[in-house]
Amino acid sequence: MNSTVALLLCGPAALLATAVMAAGASRLAAATRLVYGATLAISAVLLATAASHLAGNPGEASATLPLGLPWTGARFRLDGLSAFFLVVVNLGGTITSLYGLGYGRHESQPHRVLPFYPAFLAGMNLVVLANDAFSFLLSWEFMSLASWALVMAHHRDEANRRAGYIYLVMASFGTMALLLAFGLLAGPAGTYAFDAMRTAHPDRFAAGAVLVLMLLGAGSKAGLVPLHAWLPLAHPAAPSHVSALMSGIMTKVAIYGFIRVVFDLLGEPAWWLGVAVLLIGGVTAVLGILHALMEKDLKRLLAYSTIENIGVIFASLGLALAFKANGMPSAAALAFTAALFHVLNHSFFKSLLFFGAGAVLSATGERDMEKLGGLIHRLPVTSFVFLIGCVSISALPPFNGFASEWLVFQAILRSPELPQWGLKVIVPAVGGMLALSAALAAACFVKAFGITFLGRARSAAVERAHEVDRWSLAAMVVLAAFCLLAGILPGLVIDSLSTVTLPLVGERMPVQMAQPWLSIVPIAESRSSYNGLLVFAFITISASLAAFFIHRFASHALRRGIAWGCGFPDAVPAAQYTAVSFAQPIRRVFGGFAFRSRETVDMPAPGALEPARLKVEMHDVAWEIFYQPITGAIDFATERLNHLQFLTIRRYLTLVFLYLVILLLVLALWP
Amino acid sequence: MNGLTFDIAHLLAGSLVLISFMMLYQDRLFALINVFALHAVVLALSVAWQAYIQDAHHLYITAAIALVFKAIVIPVGLHRIIQRLGIHRDIETAVGIGPTMLAGIGLVTLSMVLMLRVTPEADPLAREDLAFALSIILLGLLVMVTRRNAVSQVVGFMSLENGLVLAATGAKGMPLVVEISVAFSILIAFIVIGVFLFRIRERFDSVDIGALDDYRGERR
Repeated sequence: MNSTVALLLCGPAALLATAVMAAGASRLAAATRLVYGATLAISAVLLATAASHLAGNPGEASATLPLGLPWTGARFRLDGLSAFFLVVVNLGGTITSLYGLGYGRHESQPHRVLPFYPAFLAGMNLVVLANDAFSFLLSWEFMSLASWALVMAHHRDEANRRAGYIYLVMASFGTMALLLAFGLLAGPAGTYAFDAMRTAHPDRFAAGAVLVLMLLGAGSKAGLVPLHAWLPLAHPAAPSHVSALMSGIMTKVAIYGFIRVVFDLLGEPAWWLGVAVLLIGGVTAVLGILHALMEKDLKRLLAYSTIENIGVIFASLGLALAFKANGMPSAAALAFTAALFHVLNHSFFKSLLFFGAGAVLSATGERDMEKLGGLIHRLPVTSFVFLIGCVSISALPPFNGFASEWLVFQAILRSPELPQWGLKVIVPAVGGMLALSAALAAACFVKAFGITFLGRARSAAVERAHEVDRWSLAAMVVLAAFCLLAGILPGLVIDSLSTVTLPLVGERMPVQMAQPWLSIVPIAESRSSYNGLLVFAFITISASLAAFFIHRFASHALRRGIAWGCGFPDAVPAAQYTAVSFAQPIRRVFGGFAFRSRETVDMPAPGALEPARLKVEMHDVAWEIFYQPITGAIDFATERLNHLQFLTIRRYLTLVFLYLVILLLVLALWP
Repeated sequence: MNGLTFDIAHLLAGSLVLISFMMLYQDRLFALINVFALHAVVLALSVAWQAYIQDAHHLYITAAIALVFKAIVIPVGLHRIIQRLGIHRDIETAVGIGPTMLAGIGLVTLSMVLMLRVTPEADPLAREDLAFALSIILLGLLVMVTRRNAVSQVVGFMSLENGLVLAATGAKGMPLVVEISVAFSILIAFIVIGVFLFRIRERFDSVDIGALDDYRGERR
């Protein structure tokens, strides 16, 4: 057994031990500190181990434990891909634990959160390390159940119970799809070790079926349209630091599962496999961000925006598949690196934004943006780091979101070299969708920041808000620093991803750290290059100069004057721009097909005193097209089968007997 | 293989199937248990014969277990249970004898067709043995589903297990430890079911499992 893998396996074991300890001690006053302190230390050790493996590049290492299926054992393996995702998981785990040290003190029922939080982290670590289908599925299900328990932490709320139920149903559905996918990969011999699957290449039909099943299984966990409906319900229902883990990290574990199967175990892909992934990714990106724009609940907005980013990542992965199938490994490496880079970046800024939403929630008790506003005066540090998160997720330079999305578009720009006409048409179309979603994301986060932090307070709770504790602020500041650093030093990230891309797509991106002045040059100097440091320096210097000149040549004093009140005699806070009114133009443009929205105006009769009302009706199309028919069918079937639950013992025996006879008959009559 | 050894093995296994058929039409409990004891005796003979022709001495132990427990201990125990419950005069079958026999014939045909089809290259003795064993298992299940009395369901279960033992001894090389553990599990199942019978009896004044359903408030 390799010592690195052994150390990495000790981590989840220690986390599970922490979970058991937390279950026993969760009612103690010091339990919060103890549990988050322990998870912080363990995650930090795991992070250091995984990062040193990724940086040191010593190849693969594996270990087999005598657990699980008797003839398979529980196999675990560490390679570049799992090391990278371990870094993502444990970096998130470390910073979330840091945040939890402060945020967890506001928890009203800590015994419902503390035992499951370390278990959730352990599950995610084990999924990434698993090297056979059985341990993978077991860890995956463990991760789902632990996160389900966290979603149900505040189960007295009816909406949370519904979210938990839908999450549980979708998680079981996803695991079933994964189970079938692994069954196809294992083939008739039933070899559940990944090492054996890697050498056995399924035929075209089986490969297509595995890809579809992975899109269903991993995609439902990651939040691909139309399997996304549970995500904006479940992620915000959990406590905010857990929302950050679910949105920022668990969706990445789902992406890991997809990459592991489709890029690693499935062998050489066919080009049309990439088309499916590309299209679904593009549609997911656009629909996710449109839903986010319509949302006025801050945490749900963030959850919908996660769907958008998952769409971007999947589109990029689809592109990598298409390039790989056509024997263009350098382009595939570019698209694949862009996807992984975006995975890392999204884990940074989505955690940051959820932490910010949690800080707003604990300071004001509000998630509804229509009741917030003006928080920049009350929570200056939180609002600054939240702004950094918004800028990063809107893909504005010099932050990290721009660097990864720019790489995605560089990969899209190589699509004319693809031989198939289908791809030549589809890839630019998907590129258009991604560009649209990037622009909409910027609008969405202008709204999220502007309505929440700018303007005037819309409720009394906001006026009494105070800045949150130091642990939470430290976690957010660290993440904001990571957002900036990854934006200025993209070359460092790209180079460390080379050990991941090389075995999976057969090529790596050119070495970036050798470029002068921290530039990145994905293809060739003549085509494109980006220098985050230069942009950062330009923005900093020009902004400082502008501020200097304004303060030098304009008046020093802060003057307060009467603003033009738009004709309102009394400028109450309710007269400000609201989240809904900000999103209205976009709703009018896209609402017709994306939400089947309808606006009706109720005009009172002349002389009547009641106010006129504007009603907006919106539908979640995915919910109506996919979920309602399925739930209807299941309800119908269970209603019909219900009486089977109340048979006599003899009839149960008869049923078993008849089933056995039928099976034997089939065996006897099979040609 | 010597023609005579094959014929005798065949004869014993065939008699087991025949005795399973006899179980199907016994509507008195004592008679059913006597037939079961006969079943166990023939099983013991068959296993002993296998031990002789395979030269596998541990199978003699299996045969002895079958003889002692299934032909003597369990039937005597069941006899006493029935006397203490006072149900020795009960007549019970849930399905008529004619249809049951027809179903049994169908099941034996099915298992013959199936076994002879899926094991074309196996040793002929093992082949026949497996086919007979599957028939006995299916007939044991049939006894279980056609009876309403808990005692006769126990008997059906035991005869099913006899079929398993026959299959295991026909296929060469079942370890003794497996055999002993199966025998013990059967014995424990017998004890547990016996205890349950008295508990059911105490509560419902009957061992007709229909009473359980009445208790649950189900229509039948």
